[in-house]
Amino acid sequence: MRFRERIYIALTGLTVVIIIGLLGFILFDIVKNGISVISWEFLSQPPKEGMTKGGIFPALYGTLIRVLLMLIFVVPTGIFTAVYLNEYGKGFELSRWIRIAINNLSGVPSIVFGLFGMGFFVLFLRLGAGLLSAALTVGILTLPVVVTSTEEALKSVPNSYREAAFALGATKWQVIRTVVLPQALPGILTGAILSIGRAAGEVAPLLFTGVAYYLPYLPSSIYDQFMDLGYHIYIMTTQSFNIDATRPIQYGSILVLLMLTFSINVVAIFIRSKIRRRSIR
Amino acid sequence: MEIKERAIYLLITIIASIAILSVILIFVFIAKEALPVLFNPEIRKEANLRLFFSTWDWQPVGLEPKYSFLPLIVGTLKVTLVALIVSLPLSIGAALFTAEFLPRNLREIIKPIIELFSAIPSVVLGFFALMNIASWVQGIFHSVSRLNAVTAGFALAFAVIPITYTICEDALNAVPRELREASLALGATKWQTAVRVVLPAASGGIFAGVMLGFARAMGETMIVLMVSGNAAQITLSLLDSIRTIPATIAAEMGEVAFGSPHYATLFFLGLILFSVTFIVNYVASILIERTQSRLRGGK
Amino acid sequence: MSERKDSNIKISVKNLNIYYGSFLALKNISLDIPEKSITAIIGPSGCGKSTFLRALNRMNELLPNVRTGGQVIIDGEDIYSLKVDIVALRRKIGMVFQRANPFPKSIFENVAFGLRIQGIKDREKIDEIVELSLRRAALWDEVKNKLYSSALDLSGGQQQRLCIARALAVQPDIILMDEPASALDPIATLRIEELMRELKEEYTIVIVTHNMQQAARVSDFTAFFLTDEGRTGMLIEYGETSQIFTLPKDSRTEGYITGRFG
Repeated sequence: MRFRERIYIALTGLTVVIIIGLLGFILFDIVKNGISVISWEFLSQPPKEGMTKGGIFPALYGTLIRVLLMLIFVVPTGIFTAVYLNEYGKGFELSRWIRIAINNLSGVPSIVFGLFGMGFFVLFLRLGAGLLSAALTVGILTLPVVVTSTEEALKSVPNSYREAAFALGATKWQVIRTVVLPQALPGILTGAILSIGRAAGEVAPLLFTGVAYYLPYLPSSIYDQFMDLGYHIYIMTTQSFNIDATRPIQYGSILVLLMLTFSINVVAIFIRSKIRRRSIR
Repeated sequence: MEIKERAIYLLITIIASIAILSVILIFVFIAKEALPVLFNPEIRKEANLRLFFSTWDWQPVGLEPKYSFLPLIVGTLKVTLVALIVSLPLSIGAALFTAEFLPRNLREIIKPIIELFSAIPSVVLGFFALMNIASWVQGIFHSVSRLNAVTAGFALAFAVIPITYTICEDALNAVPRELREASLALGATKWQTAVRVVLPAASGGIFAGVMLGFARAMGETMIVLMVSGNAAQITLSLLDSIRTIPATIAAEMGEVAFGSPHYATLFFLGLILFSVTFIVNYVASILIERTQSRLRGGK
Repeated sequence: MSERKDSNIKISVKNLNIYYGSFLALKNISLDIPEKSITAIIGPSGCGKSTFLRALNRMNELLPNVRTGGQVIIDGEDIYSLKVDIVALRRKIGMVFQRANPFPKSIFENVAFGLRIQGIKDREKIDEIVELSLRRAALWDEVKNKLYSSALDLSGGQQQRLCIARALAVQPDIILMDEPASALDPIATLRIEELMRELKEEYTIVIVTHNMQQAARVSDFTAFFLTDEGRTGMLIEYGETSQIFTLPKDSRTEGYITGRFG
């Protein structure tokens, strides 16, 4: 009977192997087919000749600008929400509801965010379809990521630090500003980085909030339309004029997107594990 | 000084409430555009609840617009089914293995690697499916079309695995050490302990993980847009092209006239999607909370 | 209690040394535990009592980097020899932990667990053994009408007796108890002690306790452990309880018993 159990255990171990194998295969396939396309020109030139030549610069630019704009909104909101949950609002009914809300936001499908972005930011607030609407929409989508990371970071700040500061006569906000937040900075950073990674890869929320397949100019105001790496790939692979000819560019673009989100996530995980190891000591 | 502190407290409280406000606004603004389907007689002439659930075709664009949700629901269910069939054995098996049979130090390496899967954007998964999975599926199953529910479901599984894995693994890991010790001290093997004690004890969390995976599969857009074939039809075979609800919204909203019946219908679909995932999420979080307190509590 | 001197030795520990990594937790422990008696292990906290107890059913091996030297001979066989089946060993030895740890299952399923994992399917047999074990643990009357309700709904004392019943169900010869009553109120504690006295008619019991009065009340033999400056645990004195508590041979034993330290 013990032998049979070894087989069962081996089978569950096999699932781990399969999962990691699939992950590796996806990475391998994309890197192998896309690496030859990557070059400085590819990253810095706009697309030419119907996307069969040239580069992806405007799409890359659009993605980065959108994400940076989003950070301006989501990082302070996320930090203060976490600060409320952990420092001010413990035990209050409001905290419970905020948590429920955050939990639910993290489960809302991205297309629903897209609909909301259109209905609220683009139409109701009349911000129009452009960078600002898109950035705000994606910001709400990634809010839970920032809140969760920041809250984890705040929780890990030992209470003794707070008590010492209070005992020295600091007000609550001073304690938070001068002791807690600086101590929690790595965790906050992790959250911000994770939100970048998440937002860079999201396409559905952009569909009705301002993304475009080809623009002859770079967006110069926050109300302008913009291009996006993920959207570019989607259209290229499904609807472009000559799908086979654009194939190399597709692979190259996918590789860039993957590298972007992957390295961002790896950096965040690295920082996070360093924090955890530090606090154990 | 006191006033300043109070003001800061108020400001922070307001900012923190943005989360709640957002959820409410999402519901309100989607419902706002969707409600004409229920209440506006003009709109209802063309698109109404009866049509949604008792006719068979989805063809909103054409001489005689047809609005049936059934093909979309069938498509969504097919793709979700395939995704769950593929992903659940893998993620639950992997969670069990990492939590119960892997030494601590290996777990610290393997767990983040598997969770790295979630760093792959769905566009990338869709692309990979288009390039590779579609051909495999056609080769193995000899299907008529490369782009169908199985292809999309497979790719969706890749998106679901990290979610289900993480939640199930956390649930298994949260089972207190004392329960494992009690079981081993009674002469149970590691496998018996894992399957007869730990797994049942974590069952709430595992079920929550499954639910959240389900919600993710149901709501995913880009993968489905790219590889499901985008044909709104009701068939029995999983190897046919399908259309899901999120894909429909994504594909058609761009071309729709503001305020038209089609417009309102798409928003109505969005409302349904939002409500279902909202409920699933809520139930899952209660499950997780209850399992945790049950294991920690007692007298 | 002193007639036990000639009875058989159930557990014979010879030169037991236990290392956590490079740290020596227990040094050269040797003692013989007679069958059908209660042996108490006492000493200040951190002196290795639990480590010693867990060495008897090889539960230490659940921790990483543990090395065990020496022998623990039970029924003529060294349990640390390579051909010993640990799972079978643990079925012969029951363990009750400091904090009651019933499974989040029904009362019935908790007690039946040990039988089910052995593959026993005969429903009548399981029912019989479950009732017997619950009676022996003095819990039957209190739970016989709610066997299928959750074990977690019982009080702390009841949960601990349930854990004892659960251990008894696999019909061990030896029962190890690691501070079984330390998390319980005085009344529940006395009930557990009463139970121990009943059980020793059939089982060999080894209990770790930081409560000296308990050791004096309940045990036939007592072993006193202490650590040296390097925090390595050693056996200072072992003998009949009556002797240890009235005429201890070692001054350190006397010091601990009279409360001068520990």
